[in-house]
Amino acid sequence: MALIFDLAAQGLQVFLVIAVAPLLLGVSRKVKARLLRRIGPPVLQPYLDIWKLMHKEAVLAHNASWLYRVAPYLVFAAIWVAAALIPTYSTDLPFSWSADLIAIVALLGTARFALALAGMDVGTAFGGIGSSREMLIASLAEPAMLLVAFTVALLIGTTQLSTIATQFAGASVGLRVSLGLALFAFVFVAIAENARIPIDNPATHLELTMVHEAMVLEYSGRHLAMIEAAAALKLQLYFSLLVCLFVPFGMAINDKSPVALALGVAAWMAKILFLAVLLPIGETAVAKMRVFRYPIFLGGAFAAGALAVFLLFVSKGF
Amino acid sequence: MANLAFDIGHLLAGGMLVLSFVLIYQDRITAMLNVFAMQAVALALAVAWQAITHHAPHLFVTAAVALVVKGFVIPAALHRIVRRLGIHREIEQVIGGGPTMLVGLGLVALSIMLVLPVVEGVDPLAREDLAFALAVILLGLLMMITRRNAVSQIVGFMSLENGLVLAATGAKGMPLVVEFSVAFSILIAFIVFGVFVFRIRERFDTVDVSALDAFRGERQEQL
Repeated sequence: MALIFDLAAQGLQVFLVIAVAPLLLGVSRKVKARLLRRIGPPVLQPYLDIWKLMHKEAVLAHNASWLYRVAPYLVFAAIWVAAALIPTYSTDLPFSWSADLIAIVALLGTARFALALAGMDVGTAFGGIGSSREMLIASLAEPAMLLVAFTVALLIGTTQLSTIATQFAGASVGLRVSLGLALFAFVFVAIAENARIPIDNPATHLELTMVHEAMVLEYSGRHLAMIEAAAALKLQLYFSLLVCLFVPFGMAINDKSPVALALGVAAWMAKILFLAVLLPIGETAVAKMRVFRYPIFLGGAFAAGALAVFLLFVSKGF
Repeated sequence: MANLAFDIGHLLAGGMLVLSFVLIYQDRITAMLNVFAMQAVALALAVAWQAITHHAPHLFVTAAVALVVKGFVIPAALHRIVRRLGIHREIEQVIGGGPTMLVGLGLVALSIMLVLPVVEGVDPLAREDLAFALAVILLGLLMMITRRNAVSQIVGFMSLENGLVLAATGAKGMPLVVEFSVAFSILIAFIVFGVFVFRIRERFDTVDVSALDAFRGERQEQL
């Protein structure tokens, strides 16, 4: 009985993350449109888009290899697994033990690798520059992300997310500059990884500076639906990770009563919806950056992460 | 409760170090002056927190001096100078933003490695303050080296002095006379700098100190 309940709780998480992801995208697009004094598409539009793309014909280039057809599913699967592992509403799920921060970074890296290969597969110019820029951004963002992981690991002693969330929610950590710096670095990395302004503009297919959209320009039909869904999931994943690492309050911690779980789901939804409103506000306030300024932007994130690790060394000693 | 005292001290001193990094990173002159003012306010708060936790009321005077002189008077005066020089909208060409940050991180690591073994067994807050203070001093020096604008170099010097004050208060405070003389020498130095900046501008029509290179002795021998 307990096993069935546990599996049901894990299953709820697995399907909740995929069900909520397009909604977040819809909310942030709506808020952004309202900020620009447009009406904007309805909040549920991303669901309809994915539904429509699923039923359209998938057009392939003549010289597309098997890689090109497999990559969207690979990307979607890797990101879905990563998103389903992150503790969202409860720290005590049957697969919580496998939710390791470094494993999640690795899963995201796999997805990015597959997408970059697919971008170069057809041999169009746009796919090539998209892939090369994506790799540039990744090589700058990943060290910063790993430093965030180190900061948290030094503070708690593990990179396992459910333990981290339990410790942070227990408020035994205290006031830490390092955590603030890690949050700063994490937000920069999340902006870069999700192809949001100022690194990339998610709403354009017409700019020479586009990165993510350039890579997936050739895709259509169900392949594009997979990629769009994966992009929405990735945004949701970063929101959930931020919530889990830095504001885990309200999560059901080692508590399997239905009330605690329901409260956990409500708290998680409220927090990620708040982030989905905050993101477009931040985006409208800044302008898109030149490609040559990316290293400075992400270098700031790296410096903040490194500083966070150093500060922890000072306060803990060697 | 003792833990909270340490945490707040850590927050304020660490905040100063972070602001030092922002100073190195920032390339707009007015924004840089604001960051400098923020650093001085953080210094004042850190010193005041030391005064409370160590029951050393004379440190409140230091905090007040830091707050008034460096938090308000000097930034306001620098804003005035910058506006009169007409460079308040200028974006400075920082020499190698990325490498400078890396060198700065290296300096922070160096100062931590240097200070922590030396002051083993001291109260952890004082130990930490010393490490951060050394890092702030080194970052101030780095800023003076990498900037070409005379006003930025002044800001680098002043932020270096912020680090000195933090170090001094961490080590059980220093005599009030010394403190006042340091504060006044900073003010005098500031006035001298101010005069110099205008002299440089009068001579060379710029405050970019690389213009001075052409007037160095050895260069003329080469000609």
